[in-house]
Amino acid sequence: MTTLLQIKNVTKRFGGLTAVNDVSFSVNAGEILSVIGPNGAGKSTLFKLISSFLSTSSGEVLLDGQRISNLAPHVVARRGVVRTFQETTIFRAMTVRENIIVSHHLRSNASLWGFFWGSRAARADEADFGASADAIIEFLGLESIRDEMAATLPQGHLRALGMAIGLATDPKVLLLDEPFAGMNHDETMHMVDLVRRLRDERGVTVLLVEHDMPAVMKISDRIVVLNFGEKIAEGSPQDIQNNEKVIEAYLGSEDAAIGM
Amino acid sequence: MQKKNLVLIALFMALAYIGVPWIIGVSGRTDFYYTLTSVALLSIASGGVWLTFYIGRINIGQGAYALAGGYVSAVLMTQYGFSFWASLPLAGLFCAGLAVLIGLPILRLRGVYFAMVTLVLTEVMRLTALALSITQGAKGITSIPLPGELSVFGVTLVPDFSTMENPKVGFYWMAVTLMIIAFAVLWRIVNSRLGHLCRSLQQNEELASSIGVNTAYLRVIAYAISSFFGGIAGASFIAISQSIYPSSFQVVDSVNFMLNCFLGGLGYVLGPMLGTLMLYFGWDLLFTTGKYQLLIYSSLLIALMLALPNGVLSLLDRKKA
Repeated sequence: MTTLLQIKNVTKRFGGLTAVNDVSFSVNAGEILSVIGPNGAGKSTLFKLISSFLSTSSGEVLLDGQRISNLAPHVVARRGVVRTFQETTIFRAMTVRENIIVSHHLRSNASLWGFFWGSRAARADEADFGASADAIIEFLGLESIRDEMAATLPQGHLRALGMAIGLATDPKVLLLDEPFAGMNHDETMHMVDLVRRLRDERGVTVLLVEHDMPAVMKISDRIVVLNFGEKIAEGSPQDIQNNEKVIEAYLGSEDAAIGM
Repeated sequence: MQKKNLVLIALFMALAYIGVPWIIGVSGRTDFYYTLTSVALLSIASGGVWLTFYIGRINIGQGAYALAGGYVSAVLMTQYGFSFWASLPLAGLFCAGLAVLIGLPILRLRGVYFAMVTLVLTEVMRLTALALSITQGAKGITSIPLPGELSVFGVTLVPDFSTMENPKVGFYWMAVTLMIIAFAVLWRIVNSRLGHLCRSLQQNEELASSIGVNTAYLRVIAYAISSFFGGIAGASFIAISQSIYPSSFQVVDSVNFMLNCFLGGLGYVLGPMLGTLMLYFGWDLLFTTGKYQLLIYSSLLIALMLALPNGVLSLLDRKKA
């Protein structure tokens, strides 16, 4: 297995608070890796560091051996590391299809100038994006809401749309921010299946942050556990469930029980 | 749909180029030439402001670029012997370049913070014009020549304005032509992928950058185009008045450019054009009410915004729905 993404001694300090402290792990190509931890463990901050929405205080993130930390977010996206957001982050005043089409930006060959004049490359791009958007809509089973305004969609569909937006960028690594939050059992199982297919059929490496322990145990190849900004464990779902440090961390917090 | 649009465009151009001069000829109201020229030029500046709205920024600083464009054109003509036709695009380009320099730092701001900074720009530009020697301070620049002949490869496109029987008609044609070009550019931006990208910025900048859009670059480009329009409008205006002073464009003008967009509709390319026409004529029509003019005018504006918060053109959507 080849290492695709490497997080090396990453630290992030906000003033006196160390949100992420000297965290290192690597993600293999074609893997589904989950980052879990109690509230305030630094999971979201770590995600923002990987996607360069925040810059690191020290340490670095490498993709295929090249540094991607402390760049602009759109540059990191261009390299193939794309972050999806929680469900409210979509283009609200566009239809589902428009949302997906505009997200093909990274694949465009034409320049902005070319798009203004409607150059041959621009028209080829437009046709290409439309076809690809339809393929993604089919892949995620969103045909029934293709032309709905995004603002009017229920939560489950929004989550799927967020994933569609991520897929449209043709990422190497997709960072999913709590993809199962607020879903019932059936919806969660559907989503778990979808994330698997993302990896199996589209070859996308998936890194996800999640609270839903049963889902995490079911879906992950490996799990990294953070507590108070530090990595306390890393391993297969089996290892993590039996790890004493992890059990202690979760028993210490009142909101989540590790699903065993 | 496409065909219907073409017919509407042809009708509009026939009205602007043939209809209006005919009506003015019949009614003898030649003062309308000046009014409509002003409306056309102001709507170009408003169209620029509208584009910054389209990327999600409230721009109350277009007066600064109109003033800068006016001064660039005036200085080039009176001190360096440029023709008006050469100074016009240069004024636009100067403003676009200025907008890049100013925009790079301030476009990081959002919402009311960006608006506040742009509000100051007009005043900064006025004070700059007062202080510099090249703009001749409070005296301003006067006796700017009328636009000369514009010819390409010996073919006269526009005759020398000073030889025209009525230069007002010449200015009217020029302003309407510039306006049509400006709005054609806007329409093309909005209806190509560029518009899609602008809307993505307007609706969610974080998500836009996470799908790989260079948001900072796109914002600066849009702001530069917006200011280019401001510069063109300013330069055209001073060609008509043949003079420019630091007070030629003030904060209140900047506010009006923004109001034109609000009133016409931020979601429609033609919004700023319609808004400018209505505001300009509305103000003129209320002239007869004397000292109550401003009171009635502002009350009407408030009422309109309450009734049609998405602008007058949103009536079209309402009919469809």
